[in-house]
Amino acid sequence: MISWARRLRERGIMGINQRNAEFIMPYNPRDQFPLVDDKLRTKRLAIENGIAVPELYATVEIEHDVYSMLDTLGDHSSFVIKPNNGSGGNGVLVISGRIGKHFSKSSGALINGQQVQRHTSNILSGMYSLGGVPDTAIIEYRVESDPFFDGISYQGVPDIRVIVFRGIPVASMLRLPTRDSDGKANLHQGAVGVGIDIKSGITRKGVRANDMTTVHPDTFQPIDGLQIPHWDSILTLASRCSELVGLSYIGVDIVVDRSKGPLVLELNARPGLNVQLATGRGLLLNLRTVQQMEYIPASAEARVALACEQLG
Amino acid sequence: MRDMKLRVLAALLFIGGVGLCLYKVSVFGLPLSPGQDEEVWTVQARIAFKGAGKPAKVQFSIPNEMPGFVTLDEDFISGNYGLATEIKRENRWANWAVRRANGPQTLYYRISIARDDNSNELLGPPPPFPQAPVYPEPFNSAIKAILEDVRSESADIATYTRELLIQLNEDKPNENVELLRGRANNDEAWVYEIGEVLKGSRIPNRIVYGLELNQSVNNAQLKPWLQVHNGRSWLSFNPLTGEQGLPENFLVWRIGDGPLVWIDGAGAAEVTFSAAHNYREIIDIARKRAERLDSYLVEASLFNLPLETQNVYRILMMVPLGALLVVILRNVVGIRTFGTFMPVLIALAFRETQLLVGIMLFSLIVAIGLAIRFYLDRLMLLLVPRLASVLTIVVIMMIIISIVSNQFGANRTLSVALFPMVILAMTIERMSIVWEELGAGDALTEGAGSLFTAILGYLLMTNETLNHLFFVFPELLFSLLAITLLFGRYTGYRLTELWRFRAALKFDRPEQKS
Repeated sequence: MISWARRLRERGIMGINQRNAEFIMPYNPRDQFPLVDDKLRTKRLAIENGIAVPELYATVEIEHDVYSMLDTLGDHSSFVIKPNNGSGGNGVLVISGRIGKHFSKSSGALINGQQVQRHTSNILSGMYSLGGVPDTAIIEYRVESDPFFDGISYQGVPDIRVIVFRGIPVASMLRLPTRDSDGKANLHQGAVGVGIDIKSGITRKGVRANDMTTVHPDTFQPIDGLQIPHWDSILTLASRCSELVGLSYIGVDIVVDRSKGPLVLELNARPGLNVQLATGRGLLLNLRTVQQMEYIPASAEARVALACEQLG
Repeated sequence: MRDMKLRVLAALLFIGGVGLCLYKVSVFGLPLSPGQDEEVWTVQARIAFKGAGKPAKVQFSIPNEMPGFVTLDEDFISGNYGLATEIKRENRWANWAVRRANGPQTLYYRISIARDDNSNELLGPPPPFPQAPVYPEPFNSAIKAILEDVRSESADIATYTRELLIQLNEDKPNENVELLRGRANNDEAWVYEIGEVLKGSRIPNRIVYGLELNQSVNNAQLKPWLQVHNGRSWLSFNPLTGEQGLPENFLVWRIGDGPLVWIDGAGAAEVTFSAAHNYREIIDIARKRAERLDSYLVEASLFNLPLETQNVYRILMMVPLGALLVVILRNVVGIRTFGTFMPVLIALAFRETQLLVGIMLFSLIVAIGLAIRFYLDRLMLLLVPRLASVLTIVVIMMIIISIVSNQFGANRTLSVALFPMVILAMTIERMSIVWEELGAGDALTEGAGSLFTAILGYLLMTNETLNHLFFVFPELLFSLLAITLLFGRYTGYRLTELWRFRAALKFDRPEQKS
């Protein structure tokens, strides 16, 4: 047991306690948290600052609006409904098309308008929000993945999680939805995490439920050695998000849309540690390097260049 | 830097708490473990006399310093008599007075005492050397002969006194002793005579009167004991045998000669003593002892709260311990639970139902509640009404369980009423959400984690020794706080993370890679 701990330590693997005590608490001011948890505010802030995000179609704030929401949506045939204060991809409903009065989910299953409304109502009641407080539902553009990801994802949209510390991207992984994960890109729910080399944007091996894999479990396509498209702009986008919200240790979730390119999906003030499993490289190694940097460049491009130069 | 500050603060708190606790143990004799009993003696003096129909004053000698004992309680039962106590030299006196004393009068003085080995003899200033009394012949030469005899067979004051006592009390006394004995017609007078003889060799001596407490004493009289001063301390001797030292459980009532009771304005008094012993919890005795010492530390203790409040605190004092357990299980071990301190509250509920019944009840109610909650889900209820419904269902289930179990004659489960319904309802709600969002595996893991934590918490919080420690020594909470603070800066791996990150070990070491 102690030798395990020592071996993990050697690889720079960070535990939750250490993340909370040494990075989140000192680097992320508490008062900025609501901003990050509030996806709507983050989104608006991002738009103001010219950061690409999925287009906002509508918000539903009160129960009464649920009745009229289908009208409000007009003829958007594909959209995503999600809780403003949700976490971990819970409560996200992805509608990929309409068939008559029915809506088709990304899995292909059909649901009716009432079910869409009920889901929205659940969001408002706080079912998916942190702490169960009443919430707002966001309806936004449904991202369509870049064709690059077609062979290596099962339904859903793969996203790229970038851990940004002091504005410098320190680790990244690609999260591929699988049949098990029900189209969600959450490692915990069975998605495949694929480590990405920060310098090059080339994927390494993947991890799924603690097993290493080099192919996608559903499509059997290789997932290692792939060059992520728009890698530089992904890193720059992630890097800019850090200054946007005034937090120094964040996780940025980015998707690559087939027509709009990289879009910031959401920010996380308490990013998880699974990225270490995907990359097989402890976060601490790069975090310590960045921690010791005396000078952090003001421009995001320079910070990304610094990351490519100094981090492993 | 911050860690240093924290460590200093924690160290101070810890030392403060434990230090205060140890101080209370050593000074007041507060016990570290529960349920210790100590022998307590209740000694009663009964003073009976006949009133003469006019104002009466009674002065009665009562114990002052009692080597080897500590006073727990003192009572004067004296009807319409006015009472004052005063200390005159070594002795304390109770002064009773009444305007009109008619017919038989009875006054009681009652004292409860416990052994206290800390309060041994007080070292007063050495008494002056007494003047040798002047005796008429033939006593003078008889005493001289005896003293001469004794001196030749002794080395110091102790052996001298013992030898003298042996000679004076010999079964077949010589004529000198015989002569002296003729002067005393009872034991008390004889001890007085012995003291006079000792004064003849200028040895400071005094008589102490006391009671030997063994089994129970009834209608007893005080026994005289002889003490001589050897320049450093008083040595006690049995005046009739020469044996050195006070008998075990000898309660010194008064020091010096003179009457035990003075009466003014009434007939002669008869004083009898009785004593009984019983056992009291050592904690009571320690508290009384501390009260005597006028200590705020003990006066400000939980023991002075009303009994119901005390009982609440007996439970509350254990909550921080349960919280510390949760800290360790969550942050060091990495067990996942529903809600942070919910397991502590469940553990408190287990106190009411006992462990096994509690676990069964908890599992049963949560299982049935979950099933019903899943059904409610299909009704598409909003959050708060849904929670309220679950709560109502929990209460209904508890009623049913109580009624059913009562019919089977198990009244243990009746105390389920105190089972925290709201907590159960919240558990059901959270479990069902985790179930839906993360799957049955996670829900059951967290449920089992909560139950495991609750069981451990229950065992810890119902531990009798810990209960006793925290109730008697609330300052230990500071030490507990210190430990909790230190865990607040624990940044090591959680045990479960070793397992969680095991896949990372399959990769090559990064150093070798680059």
